[in-house]
Amino acid sequence: MSTLAATTSRRPQQRVTSLRAAKSEWIKLVSLRSSWITFAASVVAVIGLGVLISYFTNSHWSEMRPEERLRFDPVDRSLAGINLAQLAIGVLGVLVVTGEYSTGMIRSSLMSVPRRLPVLAGKAVVFAGSTFVLMLGSAFVAFLLGQQVLGTHGTTLDAPHALRAVIGVPLYLTVVALFAVGIGFIVRNTAGGIATLFGLLLVAPGLGQLLPTSWQPHVLPYLPSNAGAGVYSVRTDPGMLSTWSGFAVLCAWAVAALLVGAFLLRRRDA
Amino acid sequence: MIEARGLTKQYGDKVAVDGLSFTVRPGVVTGFLGPNGAGKSTTMRMILGLDRPSAGSVTVNGRHYAELSAPLHEVGALLEARAVHTSRSAYNHLRALAATHGISRRRVDEVIDLVGLTDVARKRAGGFSLGMGQRLGIATALLGDPPTVVLDEPVNGLDPEGIRWVRDLLKGLAAEGRTVFVSSHLMSEMALTAEHVIVVGRGRLIADTSVEEIIREASVNAVLVRSPDAAQLRAALAGPDVTVSSTEADVLQVTGLSAAQIGDTARGLDIALHELTPQRASLEEAFMTMTRDDVEYHGHLAGEAADTDAPALEGQGA
Ligand SMILES: Nc1ncnc2c1ncn2[C@@H]1O[C@H](COP(=O)(O)OP(=O)(O)OP(=O)(O)O)[C@@H](O)[C@H]1O
Ligand SMILES: [Mg+2]
Repeated sequence: MSTLAATTSRRPQQRVTSLRAAKSEWIKLVSLRSSWITFAASVVAVIGLGVLISYFTNSHWSEMRPEERLRFDPVDRSLAGINLAQLAIGVLGVLVVTGEYSTGMIRSSLMSVPRRLPVLAGKAVVFAGSTFVLMLGSAFVAFLLGQQVLGTHGTTLDAPHALRAVIGVPLYLTVVALFAVGIGFIVRNTAGGIATLFGLLLVAPGLGQLLPTSWQPHVLPYLPSNAGAGVYSVRTDPGMLSTWSGFAVLCAWAVAALLVGAFLLRRRDA
Repeated sequence: MIEARGLTKQYGDKVAVDGLSFTVRPGVVTGFLGPNGAGKSTTMRMILGLDRPSAGSVTVNGRHYAELSAPLHEVGALLEARAVHTSRSAYNHLRALAATHGISRRRVDEVIDLVGLTDVARKRAGGFSLGMGQRLGIATALLGDPPTVVLDEPVNGLDPEGIRWVRDLLKGLAAEGRTVFVSSHLMSEMALTAEHVIVVGRGRLIADTSVEEIIREASVNAVLVRSPDAAQLRAALAGPDVTVSSTEADVLQVTGLSAAQIGDTARGLDIALHELTPQRASLEEAFMTMTRDDVEYHGHLAGEAADTDAPALEGQGA
């Protein structure tokens, strides 16, 4: 009791700010082992897979068919690990939110920040920021190592669109991270959140192929993963949106998810 | 100071809290009692801004919880369900919450020490026993050194020593002039801890009074009489407002007369008395009488209704 009594009056009392809420989210992110494991997995995916695919491309060059060689781009090859990395980033983005709902932690979080939105903003900024920094470094390493491994088929950062594609990797993954956080706040349940995210990112493009041909151009380019693919690629699919319009569409998906998530976070009981 | 005015919460068709109005004052421990499903936890979640009232409002020191700019310095809370990420250590859990208010690491260490979790503070909270989890919850509640604490069943899962520790802690907090609002199932525990009680049943207010008062009101002034001439005394005591029952040949349960009246009657007839005891209902019995009609979830003993204990009060209900 004396511990409490002695400290009642002299403790400085400070308000909750958005910056403090973000700092709290940072502590939460780095104090879970699953964050480290998943981030490590995404780094390994971008670098390891990029290097591996580059290596096999080089060693199987003579067996490649002419049309395969025509489609080949050394930059895209070295960055191919992004497809796997988005799984790790997406899962972690959902978990950062739904992990709190499944354990009840969200109630502690919302009691300490009862205005609620700084919790969402803090999570989004901290997780997206970490993703960007980590993936920016990984993309450059993947590119440089990949070009080494590709040997004579490799290229440099001076090649057309190469630098933009390399920076496109963290850009794409960061927006996927934000999309995942938004979906987490909407769905609040781990399995449902992951299913929704990858349903939209991975399954929807396949399902879209089943649409009547006349509809496809009005749907397929606007799906998040199709729209966002341009920013990390040198060669883009015909029929898709241009690089930056496509990226804007991907951003719109993420913003929409965050806005709906924010609205529901304010409105629903915790 | 916590003030609820017409506080109501509906989940679909279910009215969990129904127009509750009460005030929890500083300086005393206020118990919050009610049978399972009475709406205690729901009320507490509304106080803490977690659930939105369907109608009415509740304020802490005159303001809605969501409007507090430094909530951890105003209200500390322990919820019924654990509100801790199971994979995070107790220390990091507290540090993350402390960071929202710029509370120092020193204070985090202080509350960990206060609840006696120092040895396990770096371990995963998911591995904690029920009692350790409660201690971590109490540490969380005290983190911001708040003048108001709201605790949902804090002794749940604690061992006798832990229960005593919580009791002393709560009394100490109240003695420092803080507002202490505690729900519990253990009426006997509340009798030892709380001075004031708010009783709810099916979401409605049943009583808002002192512990003393609640026992006095509910006790039926039954008097236990033991006498070798019980049968003769029984006949002499009979009267319009008097009920006498008997479980053993030499024992009478008398209601409607005071011990003094019974004693005088016996002396007048020269009947020996071996025992003359005014029966006071315990808080437990008082509580059961009060909420009898509001208990939603009855347990049953094999083949028998469960609410046949509290014999001293049985006569009144019939
Ligand atoms: N989120 C919810 N959705 C639907 N019904 C709910 C919800 N929370 C509580 N209830 C219902 O509201 C009623 C009150 O529940 P509450 O948990 O507040 O009671 P309690 O007094 O805390 O009970 P106990 O003593 O068992 O802890 C119960 O009937 C419960 O089923
Ligand atoms: Mg409860």
